[in-house]
Amino acid sequence: MSPMRILIIEDDRDAAAYLTKALREVGHIADHAADGLAGYDLAREGAYDVAIVDRMLPKMDGLSLIGALRAQNVETPVLILSALGQVDDRVKGLRAGGDDYLAKPYAFSELLARVEVLARRRPNGAAEETVYRLGGLELDRLSHKVTRAGEEIILQPREFRLLEYLMQHAGKVVTRTMLLEHVWDYHFDPQTNVIDVHVSRLRAKIDRDFDAPLLHTIRGAGYMIRDSAR
Amino acid sequence: MTALGKLFRTTAFQLSLAFLVLTAIGAGLVLGAVAWQVQALVNEEITSTIDAEAAGLSEQYAQGGIRQLGLVIEQRSREPGSSLYLLTDFAGQPLAGNVARLPQGVLDRPGFVETAYETVDQVAPDRRALAKIFLLPGGFRLLVGHDLRDRARIGAVVVRALATSLIFLAALGALGGLFVARRVLRRIDAMSKSAHAIMAGDMSQRLTVIGSGDELDRLALNLNEMLGRIDELMAGLREVSDNIAHDLRTPLTRLRNHAEAALRHDGDKAGYRAALERTIEESDGLIKVFNALLMIARAEAGADRAGMSEFDVGQAARGIAELYEPVAEQAGVALRLDVEPGLQLVGNRELIGQTIANLLDNALKYGAPSIPSVLPALASSSAGEEAQACGEAKTHAARIEVSLSVRRVDDAIEIAVADHGPGIAAADRTRVLGRFVRLEGARSRPGSGLGLSLAAAVARMHGGTVRLEDNDPGLRVVLALPAAAGVSEPAIPRLKSPR
Repeated sequence: MSPMRILIIEDDRDAAAYLTKALREVGHIADHAADGLAGYDLAREGAYDVAIVDRMLPKMDGLSLIGALRAQNVETPVLILSALGQVDDRVKGLRAGGDDYLAKPYAFSELLARVEVLARRRPNGAAEETVYRLGGLELDRLSHKVTRAGEEIILQPREFRLLEYLMQHAGKVVTRTMLLEHVWDYHFDPQTNVIDVHVSRLRAKIDRDFDAPLLHTIRGAGYMIRDSAR
Repeated sequence: MTALGKLFRTTAFQLSLAFLVLTAIGAGLVLGAVAWQVQALVNEEITSTIDAEAAGLSEQYAQGGIRQLGLVIEQRSREPGSSLYLLTDFAGQPLAGNVARLPQGVLDRPGFVETAYETVDQVAPDRRALAKIFLLPGGFRLLVGHDLRDRARIGAVVVRALATSLIFLAALGALGGLFVARRVLRRIDAMSKSAHAIMAGDMSQRLTVIGSGDELDRLALNLNEMLGRIDELMAGLREVSDNIAHDLRTPLTRLRNHAEAALRHDGDKAGYRAALERTIEESDGLIKVFNALLMIARAEAGADRAGMSEFDVGQAARGIAELYEPVAEQAGVALRLDVEPGLQLVGNRELIGQTIANLLDNALKYGAPSIPSVLPALASSSAGEEAQACGEAKTHAARIEVSLSVRRVDDAIEIAVADHGPGIAAADRTRVLGRFVRLEGARSRPGSGLGLSLAAAVARMHGGTVRLEDNDPGLRVVLALPAAAGVSEPAIPRLKSPR
């Protein structure tokens, strides 16, 4: 993962310091703004890959800030970080122009995974591919066909979407909550290890008959699909 | 304020006062019109009498000239009655008649005139008359008139009638107003008193409902419903704070103890690491409980409009079942799905989805006929649900099946999750809907005891109910929600009637 330029707009000094330090430790470049106006200026000038925006900020609240940025055609992906974590808060945040929403308190691994996935969604990025390829595994998004080493793998519709999401973010950690959100469209806490069971089923289908596993469990974080041979 | 002062300030009194004033004005206008009409009638009668007499006199004059006229007038003047006559010469000297004196100049203009006069006998002063003046050849003048005493008397009668009726009207109006005001006042005072008692903290008090169905009754009913709702919310709040005290303090204490223990023992790096990992795990558990509590609180606070939409509840149930299917399979449980197509619901898809997930999770965890770790796949779950009693170890044929059904029953959509586990004793069925309630046998297993409370809160928020039934054997949890009628009916939470 090449380093990303990340802007943190957060008024709580401790939280911001923690986040900045943690992001730098994993190799990213992190800047911090302590209020809405300073954050707005920084976000407009600096070419950031992702902005992490707290909702309740002094001088200009998070949602207005995002609205103002979008009005200025600043399309930097924004992760809203907020103590307001109910479903309708999330809806409000995404409507205001945020790209993802994470409620406090959060696990850093969750935040990191989301930030890294967001950074890919750049407006100047190439058009979405129709076929994902990885270590002999091929997923055709149009014909809904999956093959590995030329052999067709039959997947249930949901398994297909699971694999599609994983491959779309190949080489990046994807958390269980992200999977629940994007594959099942629910935002609640999965009570049990439901996602794990789905993933292990998928793994059985795509990895069992092959030497090199592609679908990896990242302990304490989630899953990642990557070509370990390379 | 005095009782009278209060009375004056009541709407009923003010209204009846206004009504009284209006009635008085009306009565005045009516009687005034009557008086005017009577006057006109009397005047008309008098003028026609005068005209008739004048016609008779003019006949006499034509027959016998001024002399005969004088004689006739003398004669008629002596007759009793209110007719007036006066004949004068050109100089104004009276020749005959019963009028002694007239104001200057009255006799100079012919035609009708209303004038003061004095009689010959001078019985009463300030007499007024309506008269007609005739100018005769040779400068003679004739006055034929009529005394106006009768007319004045009629006027006086009318005025008296007006005054009397006004007094009666005022008395009646005041009495009526007083009666209405007092009646309303007494009931409102009673309501006020009840409200005071309730404000002072006696939440069990309710306003009196007479049963007449009038405005005050309806108001009292509505206020009572409101009080019931407030009461419930307050009870909920109390319960939450009690529960928080117990169920959040316990893990917090554990968290603190672990951290302290790790600090006390000069452990190696691995020891610290384990302690920290445990701390994170504990706080994650706490966060989950906290989130669940918040979600319940939000749902209980009522309609969360932002999250409401119309959606196919069968499809949602199918999605959740699909999510849980592999877990069920791994646990050796057959998940049976029975969904009626095309059932639309206006509600919070996310919350209803989570509720179904909780119910399925419960059924998979506790719905197996024998409890001991049948479900290794679920062992890692962190926030779980109410336990089903497993005290009396009922042994049923091992039908390990959990079913999820969605069907329309009258105006409701019933989402039911049924298992063949030990079930919940009838006595405990209401209790387990409360927060943090975990039955014996579940305490040792992971879970927070919030799943069914969320189900109850979500049901209420959508104007529905949660029922716990005997699946014989096992438990059947039914979430009954009002179906979307027509285009989209707002899901206003229905209030329970006050206890």
